[in-house]
Amino acid sequence: MATEEGLVDALRREARGERTLALTLLSAAIAALVLSPVAWILLEASTVGFARAVNLLAGARMVQVLVNSLLLVGIVTGASVVLGVPLAILTSQTNLPFRRFFTVAISLPLVVPSYIGAFAYFTGFGEDGALTAALADAGVAVSLPEMTGLVGTAVVLTLFTFPYVFLSTRASLASFDGTLLEAARTLNHSRTSAFFRVVFPQVLPGIAAGGLLVALYALSDFGTPAIMGYDVFTRILFVNYYDFQLAALLSVQLLAVTAVIIALESAVESGDASGYASSNPDAATRLELGWLKGPALVVCSLVVVAALAVPIVVLVLWLVRDTGQTGFGYAFSWEYGWNSLSVSVLAAVASILFALPVAYNSVTDDGRLSRLAERGTYVGYAVPGIVVGVALVALGSKYAPFLYGQIPLLVFAYVVRFLPQAVGSVRSSVLQVDGRLTEAARTLGHSPRAAFRKVTLPLVAPGIVSGAALVFLTTMKELPATLLLRPGGFETLVTYIWMVQESRHYGKAAVPALVLVGISAISMLVLLSRGGNDVT
Amino acid sequence: MSRNEPKRALEREDPYAQSASSDDVGNPGATDVVLELDGVTKQFGPECAVDELSLSVHDGELLTLLGPSGCGKTTTLRMLAGLERPDGGEVRLNDRVIADGDGRFRKPEHRDVGIVFQDFALFPHLSVAENVAFGLQDRDGDATDARVTELLELVGLDDQRDSKPAQLSGGQQQRVALARSLAPEPSVLLLDEPFSNLDVRLREQMREEVRAILKETGVTAVSVTHDQEEALSISDRVAVMHEGDVEQAGTPEKVFQHPESRFVASFLGQASFLTGHFGHGAVETALGDFPASMVEGLTTEYENAEVDLLVRPDDLRATPVEDGSGGNGEIIYRQYMGPSFVYRVRLESGDVVHCQHNHVTDFELGQRVNVELVADHTIAWYPTQ
Repeated sequence: MATEEGLVDALRREARGERTLALTLLSAAIAALVLSPVAWILLEASTVGFARAVNLLAGARMVQVLVNSLLLVGIVTGASVVLGVPLAILTSQTNLPFRRFFTVAISLPLVVPSYIGAFAYFTGFGEDGALTAALADAGVAVSLPEMTGLVGTAVVLTLFTFPYVFLSTRASLASFDGTLLEAARTLNHSRTSAFFRVVFPQVLPGIAAGGLLVALYALSDFGTPAIMGYDVFTRILFVNYYDFQLAALLSVQLLAVTAVIIALESAVESGDASGYASSNPDAATRLELGWLKGPALVVCSLVVVAALAVPIVVLVLWLVRDTGQTGFGYAFSWEYGWNSLSVSVLAAVASILFALPVAYNSVTDDGRLSRLAERGTYVGYAVPGIVVGVALVALGSKYAPFLYGQIPLLVFAYVVRFLPQAVGSVRSSVLQVDGRLTEAARTLGHSPRAAFRKVTLPLVAPGIVSGAALVFLTTMKELPATLLLRPGGFETLVTYIWMVQESRHYGKAAVPALVLVGISAISMLVLLSRGGNDVT
Repeated sequence: MSRNEPKRALEREDPYAQSASSDDVGNPGATDVVLELDGVTKQFGPECAVDELSLSVHDGELLTLLGPSGCGKTTTLRMLAGLERPDGGEVRLNDRVIADGDGRFRKPEHRDVGIVFQDFALFPHLSVAENVAFGLQDRDGDATDARVTELLELVGLDDQRDSKPAQLSGGQQQRVALARSLAPEPSVLLLDEPFSNLDVRLREQMREEVRAILKETGVTAVSVTHDQEEALSISDRVAVMHEGDVEQAGTPEKVFQHPESRFVASFLGQASFLTGHFGHGAVETALGDFPASMVEGLTTEYENAEVDLLVRPDDLRATPVEDGSGGNGEIIYRQYMGPSFVYRVRLESGDVVHCQHNHVTDFELGQRVNVELVADHTIAWYPTQ
């Protein structure tokens, strides 16, 4: 049937030619729009003369920033792998007690936005820390170390991003075909040798994928190093955003490091993730821990305490300690919550409106332009939020002063950052709608419009809803672009937390921070219910 | 499964076996023609998928378009459903033009034509009952419910009415698809490779069942397949298609036994050709001389023609030659089919033929045999190419 089907497809494409072209152009326009901040950065950076660029970037301070950033990325990624991979193996391949509990508990730190984790460690540890004080009250006189600088940043980022490695390693272990291991054993390999020659090569791409997410997160995170007072790209960018040329140069450097990380990851050949046949090893093939069981339990428990219990306990401590005394102008108002809610709804709606044509077109048309347009909208995955924010400040103040400091520009920043989530979600649901289904509806007496309403829409709707929900939830906790682009006097939960932690009214941060942790937990549930593994 | 009297339907009434004229393609005299294709053409770019095809479908019959991949059968079906537009010719349903090459085109939703898709295309978000009710939007609630129940009882799935398609087996999905397309009482039901998504065992059972259901409802049906066994076993008539046109249409027996072209002969069953020379009222072949009366339609006007006779494996018998030499051929391949053997024999003349034997008749490769024609029917012939 191949030729016949091919011909039919060709005809359909011809018949729909004009409509498809219009849709493709619309997708391309959307892609161009979300790429515009990156385009501005490249253009602006190119206007800086070479000599001046060298002068700016080769200064001791800027070199230090580059070294700091690379050091941070290296340490956090390495530590995440060291932490995530063994924990993944422990919870999926061995007879560790309470495996189910630990699997969930070790994944949960992802729901703590890293700047809230940083806030908890920064304000909880050290001699005057809330946790140190609480322990002293309870009669435990320990001096918890200060969490600042490189150590504080690395500890916090590792604790709240290593679950990416944990989850992706687990996923590739679960998709590993157990019969391959059996085949290796029958070919005279010991269990250990089979693991390194057969299992490990297959699981490596999964580890690399998790490592990529961690590295990109560590490089692009703004809140943690800012709270910890550690000079990396994002912090310097935030301080210098008004110097457009320097900001552009720093952004280009940051994007270059990002590109190198992505290239490194794709060098690890991506495995074929098709085989989801054997999910978990049965009792017979589980590794026996033996005397290691005790130490393994202690390690797992310590990780859960550090990454989950500490931030929550510190936030609760601040909640209890908050005397209700309001520093001047720092009183919490539920209006901030309402502001967060309304911009997030706007961002969700706008992202879906942008995503629909791009996703639909990428499924129905496989031309080069359509594919490019779809890929283009994924820019938000790789470009740090601070870069989007800085670029839009420059673009807005220069070319669209009527938009600068207004809600629409802020919402556009969210769209640039989170459009990939919406496109991915909508696209996968559009893919599920088989052309035969609409044809079947037509032959059963329904007009094209009725067929769309009764068949296509109900099938696509869940994808649209979950895409919108994801954008909504991630917008709620977005920090850098919100700080840079919010209208004067417009505070959200996130900017309020930022404001009170800068002014050291720590107790005020507890309520909004706990609310945000709750919201993040919901977004995790949405992701899990969708069954997708594109953890963001 | 739940149907207990499929036999009745298999006792085939064959209204066309008697009158040869109604087998003819596009017979204008027949009063019971429901669907008619008249010189229908469909082009995809430079390629002609359907080339001036003409065919009539009679009231209540099950006609199968049979042909290899790319012969245009699926395109023809899609034009009948209104999912493709013809570039030329005319399609008439109940004497009304529903599509032609001049742009007249009735949309699929206004056609009164149902279709069962190859992959069934059940709506995954709707229950079995909602799927069946999908085409009944003109009726009120009670009438819809009654019709849905009627159809589900017909296909034996009344107890699954609230299930989702994903919960059903392949055979059950097919029955739902059938019930869904029958529900609006279409003038013509189309079936696109209806059994190709089922495994072999289920396929045979579903053939029986689908035919029984179609006959019970009396609907006029056109199916499409590349599986000759399926076409021969379920159809009232078979139209063999080749390169966008119908080569021959008729009852399964007629088409199988009296193929009008080499293509039809080779496509249906295993065919070998025996070269011969026609002279003096008989055909001379490697297996001996056969009188013209044994060869269908071979009249004296073809005197001195080189002809190929169609011989099928069951028309021939091979006898081993005792002393290992002599005979008129040699076994060059043996294919064990379970109940039977089919032997490939190279004749002295160079012709290669197939002989079918009982499963206990065990010849060895290289064995010399004597092949003879044992057919008790007339033989088809074609001019040598």
